[in-house]
Amino acid sequence: MENIQHRFGAYIKIHWKTIIFLVFVLITIGLADQFVNSYIRRLLNLCAIYTIISLGMNLVNGFTGQFSLGQAGFMAVGAYTVAIFTVPIEARATIFYLAPMTPLLANIQLPFIVALLLGGFVSAGFAFLIGGPCLRLRGDYLAIATLGFSEIIRIVFTNTQTITNGALGIKSIPTITSLWWSYGIALIIIILMILLINSSYGRAFKSIREDEIAAEAMGVGLFKTKMTSFMIGAFFTGIGGGLFAALLGTVDPKQFYFTLTYNFLLIIVLGGMGSISGTVIASFIVTLGQEWLRFLDEPMAFGLDLPIFRPGLRMVVFSALLMVIVLFYRKGIMGTNELTWDFIGKKIKTIKSKFNRKKPSAQGGDSK
Amino acid sequence: MSLLKTENVVMQFGGVTAVNDLNIDIKKGELAALIGPNGAGKTTAFNVITGVYAPTKGKVLFSPVDSLGVANEIDITAKKPNKITNLGIARTFQNIRLFKELTVFENVLVATHQNVNFNFLSATLRLPKAVKGEIKAKQDCELLLDRMGLIDFKDEKASSLSYGKQRHLEIARALATDPQLLLLDEPAAGMNPQETDELTDLILRLKTDFGLTIFMIEHHMDLVMEISDHIYVLDFGCTIARGTPDHIQNNPKVIEAYLGVDADVED
Repeated sequence: MENIQHRFGAYIKIHWKTIIFLVFVLITIGLADQFVNSYIRRLLNLCAIYTIISLGMNLVNGFTGQFSLGQAGFMAVGAYTVAIFTVPIEARATIFYLAPMTPLLANIQLPFIVALLLGGFVSAGFAFLIGGPCLRLRGDYLAIATLGFSEIIRIVFTNTQTITNGALGIKSIPTITSLWWSYGIALIIIILMILLINSSYGRAFKSIREDEIAAEAMGVGLFKTKMTSFMIGAFFTGIGGGLFAALLGTVDPKQFYFTLTYNFLLIIVLGGMGSISGTVIASFIVTLGQEWLRFLDEPMAFGLDLPIFRPGLRMVVFSALLMVIVLFYRKGIMGTNELTWDFIGKKIKTIKSKFNRKKPSAQGGDSK
Repeated sequence: MSLLKTENVVMQFGGVTAVNDLNIDIKKGELAALIGPNGAGKTTAFNVITGVYAPTKGKVLFSPVDSLGVANEIDITAKKPNKITNLGIARTFQNIRLFKELTVFENVLVATHQNVNFNFLSATLRLPKAVKGEIKAKQDCELLLDRMGLIDFKDEKASSLSYGKQRHLEIARALATDPQLLLLDEPAAGMNPQETDELTDLILRLKTDFGLTIFMIEHHMDLVMEISDHIYVLDFGCTIARGTPDHIQNNPKVIEAYLGVDADVED
């Protein structure tokens, strides 16, 4: 008992800054939940959901080094699982008006959290099926194969009328996702990721990214380890997809085009392949950035009717900004580093020393 | 008692026979060397032994000693590289293959992953079994790094080490898999004389202190002749000579392979 107390004390001593930060985050969520309008609330929810999905993608692409583009597919699986199992039974007849829902599922309704977890597991199950043939491929081939499978999933969902209601999609999903749900789950997944990456399995993932041949020669089973990473990534993505469905209240196959995957690819490249904190930061930058640049799409952006301010300019500017970031930070914002307190301390020190070095020259008057 | 045996191993790539009829017999506790001119098929032979390639013909037999001290002969022909490592054969690479972005400590720790007896879930949730395993692996690796003189570089990135230290780290990483047979692919390549001397000491220490059987490919003839017990010479995939260093040094076939034949003598 004393030992546990002692360990708890030591834990607090090491992590007090993090704990204060987490409390701060929780208070912010609480305040946001009370006071912000529904538009900002939805944006903040999306940030958290994109964080979850991008983390799943970064685990496979950034940490294990397997270039997989199946994210939209896994997200669809999670979203549809939640949709199918949480839609109120009374509403199902009106939603499935072309063809009634298959009797196997028609009378099953699950609590949100169960459906959400199920979405994760079903998604991981799909990853298992897809991973069998795909993970034997490397590099670009794997990317193309996973991209193909993500499209297959979407097309299958478009055609399984009695399960997914086909192209009509499923409406009136209870919109349970709140800031507490999305940020709570995002936080849990961030913590799980940190713990996983810093375990023996995390090192095995990274060793495969660094050098497959050496990893295999050191006794790391390539296929099994890649599969583990792929399935965990799909699990996270499925959960993210489930939250997404319960945020929008409606799912249909068109939401899960493969172009959606590029959103997440953008986030992990921008944040840094192999950085958890980078992914979190980039999720916010990309999600909020795309929204805040929306004024560029309006013809009267600066009070003048300039011909370039037309719908679509937002994406042009956004792409240009990305190019700038990628040019100056080639490995993304964080590279493979993590935003730890040590890292911040070091950054502050280097910035300080830069200022100190500049001072004498400023006194000399030969530079600004 | 032989630890590793290859029986008539043939490795063909299309029409090219890289290794032809290789018969190796490495005794336990021995330091054997594989030499030969460039392109003789030495690395291919290593790749066949470690499972990177499946041989076209022939067998590779490994007799590791289990915890009870009993040697069981296992056919490891065309087994997966990680399975072979599990059985007790570790290797280094001719062109260093470290996990560059990982720290020195992590590099060595990866090699202990094969022994984990907990799944990823208990590792993530830090269940007691996983914590215990992790602590033990870390202790073992620290001890190993200490013995290898790398403990001061523990938290540095592998890519930031000097060339010689990287070679040492690669050997340390191979040792962390707890092997019975260590295959070194040109450990002294690109080293200066002082580094080569250090390496010679290290290899001898591996043999005596760690009780390892070592099989190495090497081009530094001084090094090979000084420390090996047994030498195999390959040329164009064929074993042209085998025996003790003295025997090899005076073998006309070996001299011919390395220096070529005088045109007059040939007639």
